[in-house]
Amino acid sequence: MIINHPLLGPRDSAEFVYMGDASLIERPDPEAENAADQFHDYAYLRDNPAGELRELWFHEGGDRSWLVVTRDTRTHEISKVELARDVARSKGRSL
Amino acid sequence: MRYSGFKVIKEALSGHKGWTPAWREPDPKPHYDIVIIGGGGHGLATAHYLAKVYKQKNIAVIEKGWIGGGNVGRNTTIIRSNYLLDGNEPFYEFSLKLWEGLEQDLNYNAMVSQRGIMNLIHSDAQRDAFVRRGNAMILNGADAEYLDEAQIRAEYPFLKFDDQRFPIKGGLAQRRGGTVRHDAVAWGYARSADSHGVDIIQNCEVTGFKIEDGVCKGIETSRGFIGASKVGCAVAGNSGRLMGMAGMRLPIESHVLQAFVSEGLKPVLPGVITFGAGHFYVSQSDKGGLVFGGDLDGYNSYAQRGNLPVVEDVCEGGMAIMPMIGRARLLRMWGGIMDMSMDGSPYIDKTHIEGLYFNGGWCYGGFKATPASGYTFAHLLAKDEPHETATAYRLDRYKTGHMIDEKGQGNQPNLH
Repeated sequence: MIINHPLLGPRDSAEFVYMGDASLIERPDPEAENAADQFHDYAYLRDNPAGELRELWFHEGGDRSWLVVTRDTRTHEISKVELARDVARSKGRSL
Repeated sequence: MRYSGFKVIKEALSGHKGWTPAWREPDPKPHYDIVIIGGGGHGLATAHYLAKVYKQKNIAVIEKGWIGGGNVGRNTTIIRSNYLLDGNEPFYEFSLKLWEGLEQDLNYNAMVSQRGIMNLIHSDAQRDAFVRRGNAMILNGADAEYLDEAQIRAEYPFLKFDDQRFPIKGGLAQRRGGTVRHDAVAWGYARSADSHGVDIIQNCEVTGFKIEDGVCKGIETSRGFIGASKVGCAVAGNSGRLMGMAGMRLPIESHVLQAFVSEGLKPVLPGVITFGAGHFYVSQSDKGGLVFGGDLDGYNSYAQRGNLPVVEDVCEGGMAIMPMIGRARLLRMWGGIMDMSMDGSPYIDKTHIEGLYFNGGWCYGGFKATPASGYTFAHLLAKDEPHETATAYRLDRYKTGHMIDEKGQGNQPNLH
């Protein structure tokens, strides 16, 4: 698979480390009443869709940036690549 | 019909006109006591043990394609029980014992071949870890034997003992491990289940569950609604999709694992070999092909095919321990979809929905577990309590802190 890095252009996916569903960016509130349950679901449960999935890839063999890659798990086709930093900021998370 | 040597001779003398189909092709009934979703090894084994051991009646197995067309037909056919942890080892040893009696139990030749499995080691630390594992196996009633380099040289003289980076220092052998003809496992269980009255319904895809007030009443399928008092799901690879129809999120990701077969060779490899410094294992099929595999591709996938970096990695592993493999041509390669769980161990459990039971999360170790998975899932379905060897395989074990993490990798499914 070729991942079209927003800064570096097309790169071989073998340069990356895979971290799974990009919803990991949205960490639960540790102060919440049910924080333990929320963190259990956050750490251990997955949607695991057959179809489009937004996922985290770390460019370990490159510029060490985190990317959010939108990919179809049935065909491996990649439709969108974003910097995880931008995604996190758009959700109000500062990095 | 009972198969026997006498029957073969009788049919040979009478023009082979007396053979009958190994199972029926019934239409679904409106209601069953127990419906198993998934006509693979685990689902068919569950039906067999439900009917034969637990004396349950009115059972159906629902399969979206043809039976045995999923992972039971796409694996590398190895059986073993060389696990370390208490939650796992008694279960896998139970499975190996069932393999040993399988053909008599099913009256079907599954070509169970206890040719032995050898886990190679390459460092002192690895020797300590494998000796510990061997002791854990022996404590749980399995067999394990530590072999030094000279003993391995005598059995496998062609391995690369003097590799600069990964010299072979010894190995942990399990002599009772080996290989089984995978397709015959599905067919043998199907034939036995059918002969005990189980309806095996192929080309029938589940499209939804009928759940009322937290109770599962049956399943919607491409061949209409089928009512059921109990529904057992055994569709590993697609567990996330199926249980999603019941509104559940699982501690599972689906990943693709590739496997390979070389051209047919004369007998060269007596048992199963695993490389200790990378992920590579190999055995030789009875047809002569070298059957081998290695790591997952590492990203979520439902496509039954992988990519080239892992092909290269697996072949490098093969060359590192067994250089003669480089002279064999690759005949076939394929991918299968694995339920990768969060700790590398499976689930056999009730769900929070009454009457809905789950079996999955087998990672890439599901084939060897087939008999015990079926037996213990049948126990759970029949008695509503877990079998004594499968008490640890609970869906809520992350909440209660009882993970069964053989590799100590944490909640990163692609590393197990």
